[in-house]
Amino acid sequence: MALIGPNGSGKSSLLRLIAGQLRPSEGLIELHGGDAERSIPEQAHYQGHLDALKPSLTVAENLGFWARYLGGGTAGSDEALAAVGLGGLSDLPAAYLSAGQRRRLSLARLIAIPRPIWLLDEPTSALDAAAQERLAELMRRHLGSGGMILAATHGPLGIDANELRLGLTA
Amino acid sequence: MTALSALLLRDTRLAVRVGGGALMGVLFFLIVVTLVPFAVGPDLVQLRRIGPAILWLGALLASLLTLDRLLAADHEDGSLDLILMGGTPLELAVLAKAVAHWLTTCLPLVIATPLLGLLLNLEPLAVAAVALTLLAGTPALTCIGLIGAALSVALRRGGLLLPVLVLPLTVPVLIFGVAASNAAVAGPMSFGAPFLILCALSLGSLVLGPFAAAAALRHGLE
Repeated sequence: MALIGPNGSGKSSLLRLIAGQLRPSEGLIELHGGDAERSIPEQAHYQGHLDALKPSLTVAENLGFWARYLGGGTAGSDEALAAVGLGGLSDLPAAYLSAGQRRRLSLARLIAIPRPIWLLDEPTSALDAAAQERLAELMRRHLGSGGMILAATHGPLGIDANELRLGLTA
Repeated sequence: MTALSALLLRDTRLAVRVGGGALMGVLFFLIVVTLVPFAVGPDLVQLRRIGPAILWLGALLASLLTLDRLLAADHEDGSLDLILMGGTPLELAVLAKAVAHWLTTCLPLVIATPLLGLLLNLEPLAVAAVALTLLAGTPALTCIGLIGAALSVALRRGGLLLPVLVLPLTVPVLIFGVAASNAAVAGPMSFGAPFLILCALSLGSLVLGPFAAAAALRHGLE
């Protein structure tokens, strides 16, 4: 599902609502077919504008921390780094990464820790064409394995998606 | 538990790496304590009398130094949003961060105390008393500071607000910490009573701090 709308129309707010970072003033958010034991934020990945990386930790330490903290263990870390094209950089401090590489490291979290819902806020920003294509491939694979993606975007995601338009129609 | 130990390990690592605050606290402590003899003069008797108070004040200020980054750094780079989305209760997550802060900032202060006591002409018994009271009292400083850090997390330049919020709340800790140290050396009170109250303050804030901080965070982030 692609969320489309002008700046300020509430795309990010909707994602943050689902991620549990904002509380709805009214209404309910329900997930059908999920794990009833766990809350929606615990079954979702949120990728916002910020990459949630620590510059003084290495690439592997950054990813390893999130893998351990969010659950799932570090078993899939190496494959996740390879999947986003950072395979050879695991011992490099994240401070040396470019903006695009930081974003890719952040996206590696989605691969390393399996969670069914991906909430992506402008996931393609800072990514070059090859990395965007790689992200599209990862999203296709996630959808193919029964996952769900909700992405706020201005540009094409590179996958077939239903569109939800937000905001006032002038 | 994996999640909490991962968070603890990460924060400890961050503190001891370049740009972390672990060494800063001790250096600041050293400088404050070294400045005192220059200010009050080299009267050894006087220094010995006010020594415990100086060490306690120095440690109190040094423990504040890195508090403003405790939660604000995670808020600025988006980590806090993801920490909220883990399966771990926020109360335990902030407690893990507080423990990491205590280990990397306050424990080095306790370890540095004997050396700095020498500078203030303290006797071994007084040094031991100050170190022991710091060991018992600094958890309270960290946990009270944690509440302040959570309250100021969403504010720009909240680091300036933090000491103003936190320092008044640390007055009881300071009073009983210095009282216990002095009692051990000079009397006439027993060391036990103020020391036990100090321990109680630490234990109480250890319970209250994480809950208050988590509530402040949830409220402040919306």
